[in-house]
Amino acid sequence: MKAIQHLEEKGLLEPDPNVDAFLADNTFPLVDGTTVTFAFRGEADAVLLRHWVFGLPEDQPFERVPFSDLWVLVLELPEGSRMEYKLEVVRGNQHRLIQDPLNPNTAADPYGANSVAHSTGYQHPDWALPNADARPGEIHEHHISSDVFSGMRSIKIYTPARFRETRRYPLLIVHDGSDFLRFTDLKTVLDNLIHRLEIPPMIVALTDSPNRLQEYADDPRHGEFIAKELVPLLEDKYPLVGSPSARALAGASFGAVASLATAWRHPGVFDNLLLMSGSFAFTDIGDHDRGPLFDPVVKFVNEFRQEPAKAARRFYMSCGTYESLIYYNRSLVPLLQQSGIDVRYTEARDGHNWENWRDRLREGLAWLYPGPLWMVYE
Amino acid sequence: MAASNVIVLGPQRHTPCVDQALACFSGVEQGPIAIVTAGWEERESEDEELDHHLGGRTLNLNLFQRTEKIFEQDTELFQALRDRHDRLRKLQELYRLRLAHALEAAREMLRLEEHDDLVEAEREDAIRAVRTLDTQHLERLREVHAEFEQRWKPAERDAVQRQVGEVRSALTDAPAVCVAGGHVIILLNRMRLFGLVELLGERPLITWSAGAMALSERVIVFHDSPPQGPGDAEVLEQGLGLLKGLVPLPHASHRLRLDDATRVSLFARRFGGDLACALDPEAWIEWNGREWKAREGTLRLMPDGELGEILPQL
Repeated sequence: MKAIQHLEEKGLLEPDPNVDAFLADNTFPLVDGTTVTFAFRGEADAVLLRHWVFGLPEDQPFERVPFSDLWVLVLELPEGSRMEYKLEVVRGNQHRLIQDPLNPNTAADPYGANSVAHSTGYQHPDWALPNADARPGEIHEHHISSDVFSGMRSIKIYTPARFRETRRYPLLIVHDGSDFLRFTDLKTVLDNLIHRLEIPPMIVALTDSPNRLQEYADDPRHGEFIAKELVPLLEDKYPLVGSPSARALAGASFGAVASLATAWRHPGVFDNLLLMSGSFAFTDIGDHDRGPLFDPVVKFVNEFRQEPAKAARRFYMSCGTYESLIYYNRSLVPLLQQSGIDVRYTEARDGHNWENWRDRLREGLAWLYPGPLWMVYE
Repeated sequence: MAASNVIVLGPQRHTPCVDQALACFSGVEQGPIAIVTAGWEERESEDEELDHHLGGRTLNLNLFQRTEKIFEQDTELFQALRDRHDRLRKLQELYRLRLAHALEAAREMLRLEEHDDLVEAEREDAIRAVRTLDTQHLERLREVHAEFEQRWKPAERDAVQRQVGEVRSALTDAPAVCVAGGHVIILLNRMRLFGLVELLGERPLITWSAGAMALSERVIVFHDSPPQGPGDAEVLEQGLGLLKGLVPLPHASHRLRLDDATRVSLFARRFGGDLACALDPEAWIEWNGREWKAREGTLRLMPDGELGEILPQL
């Protein structure tokens, strides 16, 4: 009766509650400092909170308020936390996984959308919201022929506002580029950060893979495609600086593995890496337990750890503390630093999701490519 | 030009006082006021507000657009400038690597609470090491520029001479010049290419923000809280040297952590005898030919980590 007791002690819930009034008087999840109260109303045999917070028991059962159809759950979320979740409503043999009907706040991903809860201290970054003052860049789609993949590949290219042929721009290549556009508002973020002078105007190549779990897992063809086909083509077509210090690879999850593997397989091409929640599973001894998809990843990361400096000079890395990958990401940092790599590493109280990656873009991009903020004094 | 009639102001966008500054000079009532807004880059010609503040009598020297024309006409020079830019950037990266360590050592020394003679000596040496590094960097920058000038002689190239000639003519009737802010390197490079200091002659000059930085002896860029994390102020370039002994710090209260005594002290001591002047809105400082004099409220960074009034005052 922990949740109900908590709500009663707070005076939020009467012993014989008027459920309508309780729901009408509050917005859910109800955030009180680090205490977050979830509610669900409806007939059910059980209601569970399904989340992806590494460290918490996977199923968090709601408590039914006696003599009512109201279910409640109280969780402690440290300050600044952000959590994505769904509700599992059990009735007989039926298990329905739904978004929280009382919570309008959702986050989209390639599989649909989740409900979002956060404790105090978390703020949706203003630089990720559309700003009428920020001149928009443009995105054009190109289809390029790849010898390595024996076929056509589609690439989206972002060119900044006020693009000029007489300038030279740094290059950023983003893995899962279309998902970054859809789920992290990357175009808005680029427009805003360029407008705020926090990053320089840059050209961004947004790549996608039809088979990312294979190609991004250290498939040598992928690195070849990026370093030997895409980069020369872009440098021929666009006014790019064309030196390693002005080339960066970015990606999240398996996209981070693809970025790291490409840079490692083609040393001296890319100086800069932006790696978010990298799926950098490795082993110190024995086998891993992450399934066959990770076999090539583990093999690669184990090799990479032998010679990390080969990959790039500057790394921005981030990981959510609520991800199981935190162990791998954290452990890589001292290794990289000892190898003389310039590393910026950030942890956030968030999970393995797109909004976590969106929220790190400002710091990550500005770390790799500091903007003319440094140079502009109006 | 002897800088005997220069007024340096705080940022002009929200609290303009450039008109008041102009009114301080005699003999400027007739003729157009020449303005340099090359630091605004492609927005160079969007100078309506500034024109309005100056009574609708400005004449934009269009140094940015003119430089673009030079680049179109003289691609060899354009390429040479790009190569120089690459070299300068590389130099800056190397300096930055060394600077980070030198500054951290100095900060650690300043954080020590002891004040005995042993600590003070080490502290002074740590700051001197940063000063030495700054000086060496500035010397290397000078070498790059001297080498460039000697090899390419930009002032003697046709495309440059044509544009410089037009600017010289445009300035004939202008009794005063205003240099606005913007991108400090773009502004500096344009003014350097046009030999603007020579062209100005003895005309009164009003400048602010990046304009003041580019016209000082060394361009120091700074921001304590950029999005990528705490930044270290850097010597970026040799300036045009018109504003002697002044380190202009536009938007200082926004860009610098002025409540952090260690940082303020290090900044003031690092740049030695120069006047590290916080150019916040409404700041006003004048060169009278012998010394800088400021309006009340215009502050300087002091070696003790505090902010102090600039003396003497106007």
